[in-house]
Parts: sequence; structure tokens; C-alpha cells
Amino acid sequence: MSAHHADTTAHAAHHGHDDGHESGHSPSTLKGYLTGFVLSVILTAIPFALVMFKAFDNAGTTAAVILAFAAVQIVVHMVYFLHMNGKSEGGWTLLALVFTLMLVVITLSGSLWVMYHLNHNMMPAAATHDMRKMP
Amino acid sequence: MSDITASSIHGGVGAAAGARFHVSGEHHPESGTLLGFWLYLMSDCLVFACLFAAYGVLGRSYAAGPTGADLFDLPMVAVNTSLLLLSSITYGFAVLEMQRRRLRPVLAWLAVTGLLGAGFISLELYEFAHLIHEGAGPQRSAFLSSFFTLVGTHGLHVSFGIVWLITLMVQVGKHGLIAENRRRLMCLSMFWHFLDVVWIGVFTFVYLMGVLP
Repeated sequence: MSAHHADTTAHAAHHGHDDGHESGHSPSTLKGYLTGFVLSVILTAIPFALVMFKAFDNAGTTAAVILAFAAVQIVVHMVYFLHMNGKSEGGWTLLALVFTLMLVVITLSGSLWVMYHLNHNMMPAAATHDMRKMP
Repeated sequence: MSDITASSIHGGVGAAAGARFHVSGEHHPESGTLLGFWLYLMSDCLVFACLFAAYGVLGRSYAAGPTGADLFDLPMVAVNTSLLLLSSITYGFAVLEMQRRRLRPVLAWLAVTGLLGAGFISLELYEFAHLIHEGAGPQRSAFLSSFFTLVGTHGLHVSFGIVWLITLMVQVGKHGLIAENRRRLMCLSMFWHFLDVVWIGVFTFVYLMGVLP
């Protein structure tokens, strides 16, 4: 009898586990969503204010600061809205994300870097100038 | 069912241990769809990375036409951003109600999410129509071509998200919160939040940095 009881509880636990698994990797909580939302509002409002009220004279500084805010906000969304962590799907989602981010960084920085130098070195005025320096 | 009877016949500690082993082994097949959908989102992320790279390269090639500072209306972008952010949290509320198995609130929050998404799309279409009317259409300069491609692709994703959301509302209304519908709701949840993540990149990289000198 006690064995049967233990077995049914195990079975119930099994079901409970499955339910949690289907409806998200770790069940979502109101607190999690609200934390994410409040952080996102703050992290959105600050860069908009910085640009609209011209907080910095230097455009480069502004760009660097708002890009940093965007990076932080993307992490906030990933953690609180997309429930990203090392354990979901046995770590495969995180692995896929890291791989994708690597490709994204290579695509973005590579394109910008190569095209900037192409523009810089292939301008009609600069072309003759650079050719004279060639060995 | 046969599972229970089989192990209760054997009884004893062995059965309990066997059951526990069964529990820890049952991880994989249930979550295949969600992992697969995540992989789709990652490939979508690469599509957007290419469009961002194109915009990054061409974003300052104005062809003597209007610049971002001339065209972009930041207060409107701020309204658009808040609409999308609000729709993210209302979808979160729908997921929370889904976990409590309450059908009506799920449908209500999904409807609110859909309306906020529709508001976002309408504002964006208004912006596009306004730009084209002013002669700043996609054919004006490389900057505007890449702008319309990147922002338009995001808008297209949101539009299809709304179509999917309405379809799901019909299905949930018809069949209730069965396991299949809960799985579909989780997939759309990931899609919707993912679009919000992409929008962070759009409003920062395109709009805010576009108006900088």
C-alpha cells in the first residue's frame, strides 16, 4: 500500500514536471515579467532622453552610451521575457544563442570594418594619392 | 495507466526507484518543438544581422538626399517603442493566465496584445506613407533603401505575428487550453518577445543613431 502510494506520488510529480516543461522551461512568474518590464522602460527612456535633449556634445560618446544601453536591454529581455538560462533544454538554447551571437558579431563588425576601409581607400580623390605610395 | 499497474504489482523500493529513474529520463521528446522554434528564431536573427550590416554600411550614403536627422520623428518612434514594449508585457500576462488554465483572461490579454501590435503596425505604415509622400521613398538613396528593407522586414514579422495571434485565438477559443495550444502559445510568446528584442536594435541603431550628426 505504501509502495503504491509512493508510486502514485512519483507519477503525479512526473505529470507536474511535464506541465512545467510544456509551458516554458521554468514557469513564468508575474514578478519576473514586471521586473523585466520596469527595467526595459528605464533602459528605453534613458537613451531616448539622451538623444532628444542632446545630453552629450560629442556624437561618438552618445552613440557609445546608447549602444551600451541597448546591449543591456537585450540581455534583460533575454532573461526576463525569453527565460534564457543555462538549463533550458539542457543548455542547447544557450549554446545556439552563443553560436548565433558569434555569427552576428562577425557579420556586423566584418561588414562595417571592410566596407569602411573600402570607402576610405577607394575614393576617387584618395585613389591616386594612395597609388603613388605603392611600391 | 499500464505504467502504474505494472510497477505497483512489483511494489517495494525497487518500483519507487524505477519510477524515479523514469522521471529523470523523460526530459527530451516533450520539448522538441520549443527547441526547434528557438533554432528558427536564431536563423531569423541572422537574417536581421545581415540587414543591420547592410544598413550599417549604407546608412550614411544619402545621395545628396534627406538624412536621418531630417526625416526621423523621435517622439513618434518613442510611442511606437512603448506600444511594442507594452504588447510584450501583455503577452506575458497571457502566458501567466495560461499557466493558471484560465481561458477568458488568456483570450483577453491576447486581444490586447494584438491591438497594441496593430497600433504599432499602423504607426509604422503611416510613417512609411509619410516618407514616400515627401519623396523619401526607398528608391531615393542607399540609406533609404536599406532603412525601408530593415524596418519593413521587422514590420512584416510583426504583421505575420498578428495573423498567427488571431489564428491562435480562434484555436484556443475552439479547443480550449489543451497541450497543443499551450505549446503554440509558448512558440508565439518566443516569437513576439524576439521581435521586441530586434526592435531594440532598430530604434537604437537606426533611429537614435540616425539623428546624430
